[in-house]
Amino acid sequence: MKYESQKVAKLYFIAAIGLFVGQILFGLIMGMQYVVGDFLFPEIPFNVARMVHTNLLIVWLLFGFMGASYYLVPEEAETELFAPWLAYLMFWIFLAAGAATVLAYLLVPYATLAEVTMNHLLPTMGREFLEQPTITKIGIVIVVLAFLFNIGMTILKGRKTVVSLVLLMGLTGLAVFFLFAFYNPTNLVMDKYYWWWVVHLWVEGVWELILGAILAFILIKTTGVDREVIEKWLYIIIAMTLITGIVGMGHHYYWIGTPEFWQWWGSIFSALEPIPFFMMTVYAFNMVNRRRRNHPNKVAVLWALGTAVMAFLGAGVWGFLHTLAPVNYYTHGTQITAAHGHMAFYGAYVMIVLGMISYSMPLMRGRELCNSVRSQSLEMWSFWLMTISMVFITLFLTAAGILQVYLQRFSDNPMDFMVVQDKIALFYWLREITGLIFLIGLIVYIASFFIGQDEPEATVEPLK
Amino acid sequence: MAQAFTKAMARNIFYGGTGFFFLVLLALTFQTHQEWPELDNRQAINDVVTLGKQVWEDNNCVGCHSLLGEGAYFAPELGNVYLRFGESTDAIKGFIASRPVEGIPGRRSMPQFNLSEEELTAIAEFLKYVAGINTAGWPPNIKG
Ligand code: HEM
Ligand code: HEM
Ligand SMILES: [Fe+2]
Repeated sequence: MKYESQKVAKLYFIAAIGLFVGQILFGLIMGMQYVVGDFLFPEIPFNVARMVHTNLLIVWLLFGFMGASYYLVPEEAETELFAPWLAYLMFWIFLAAGAATVLAYLLVPYATLAEVTMNHLLPTMGREFLEQPTITKIGIVIVVLAFLFNIGMTILKGRKTVVSLVLLMGLTGLAVFFLFAFYNPTNLVMDKYYWWWVVHLWVEGVWELILGAILAFILIKTTGVDREVIEKWLYIIIAMTLITGIVGMGHHYYWIGTPEFWQWWGSIFSALEPIPFFMMTVYAFNMVNRRRRNHPNKVAVLWALGTAVMAFLGAGVWGFLHTLAPVNYYTHGTQITAAHGHMAFYGAYVMIVLGMISYSMPLMRGRELCNSVRSQSLEMWSFWLMTISMVFITLFLTAAGILQVYLQRFSDNPMDFMVVQDKIALFYWLREITGLIFLIGLIVYIASFFIGQDEPEATVEPLK
Repeated sequence: MAQAFTKAMARNIFYGGTGFFFLVLLALTFQTHQEWPELDNRQAINDVVTLGKQVWEDNNCVGCHSLLGEGAYFAPELGNVYLRFGESTDAIKGFIASRPVEGIPGRRSMPQFNLSEEELTAIAEFLKYVAGINTAGWPPNIKG
């Protein structure tokens, strides 16, 4: 760690991990409700658990992105953060707003929350992932703008690298496309059309720039490969991301009251979306193989390679699986979608944030380069526990999805939705059990911050 | 990568490609707006439907159900529920109004939302409007 102000990232990362735990607990509650329908009913209805699960996911990833930026940008710009006090202030505002919103979900009926926050003045609530009260959404905009200002000013007064520029573009896009969350016409088709400008243009657009920039930073630091090489790869990967991903948004415009030409545009362009993910995998392994040094933070490298592979599997392979219109006709809105959503989010965004934490946290806690062997091997255990669980969660949901599609939509005697759900309960049980193992992995992950801290740092043989 | 392919070229492909395909998106969006009046059943939208969408959102129905295939996958698709319920708004109202407060033991249950008669009518009319949207033949069958 070269600059004192990078340390603000620590707070952001701690909050991120805390909220991650909450996310998984509510995932497990829902997983239980899938098989034992009245579990916690009517205290925590499924929709409430789902809001908590998905909103915590988004909020903790945002905390992670912000923390990553606060760590990365001063180091790239070779200057202290523009206004550390602003970063601390925004941290507490964001945490308080997030906590208040989640508590409100849990403590009052959603309709009451809509009423007391005067949703009718500017209705934005009650849409998937955008359930937050309008006032919370405005708060998010303020926090993100203050954050962008802080990061932007830091870059402006320091060295301008490709990595921090790409990061800044991604973050700016995140802020800009979030504004579509405030557009909610009665016309459902138009509502849905622009809802995707938040959701799709985030995860298959600007967030990939953030992913690419953080990954590039970790690779530069841990492999010592020439920055020029890594930056060229970064540009070409994000070029492919946006060239395919912008029009690839058409894969959401097949069946929602949009013109049928989208079936062609969406299928063709989104079928190309796996390319940048594949390139990212090739590049990550390439850089590690061509490394100029052996970095003792082996677990950070493991996360970096892991995110490249898992993002390709979850977004690239599982995305491609159901992205062509004739396939999506049957799989649209089934467990196949859920399977893909889980592995893609985990592979691309959870793992990159955990990777950045893995690289930077030891340095912020006063280590020279990395944690002890003991801490690192514990963290590697958590890597494998969580990653393998996520693979199996995805596989079980895919199996459930294939059966669901067949029984409900494809066979000669299609069955009712609820009848089908009963028939595929076995796979939901398997998903839930695997989810418990994921939770164990997460507990081991947290333990790795405490165990082995008093032991000396790991060392490696220098590269010959 | 060979020397011939420089970082500057990669950067130009990024800016050029992004700019170009964003313009393509805008053009396709413009064309979509042109075709919507024929597809999106806007002639069915009135004050009751508007209130119905508000009821739909204020109770977070999409937290369990999907609507035109988007939302949650815990409970049945509702884009075509008006058709599944025999084109009867009364059947929809009756179903929503009769959910037991404590749920159905052991089964996935829908909460009792205590909607007023006006809200019940509105949500049913909203779902009727949605069923009239041209979805290119989706879902594959009436089961949703
Ligand atoms: C990291 C990147 C990605 C993430 C985080 C992600 C996540 C998600 C999520 C959460 C959904 C469900 C949205 C909803 O609730 O309605 C979804 C839907 C979808 N995704 Fe992705 N995705 C990613 C990349 C991709 C890619 C690269 C493709 C195509 C190759 C793809 C294809 C699809 C399709 C076709 C759907 C719609 C499924 C349906 O019709 O129900 N995704 N994605
Ligand atoms: C490990 C235990 C987990 C369990 C048991 C679990 C369970 C669930 C359930 C039951 C749903 C709702 C599906 C529906 O609408 O019917 C859901 C949604 C979702 N979960 Fe999880 N989850 C877990 C972990 C995760 C993790 C680690 C992530 C992120 C990487 C994640 C991201 C999501 C997303 C993005 C959705 C929305 C999916 C969509 O709309 O298609 N979950 N989860
Ligand atoms: Fe998408």
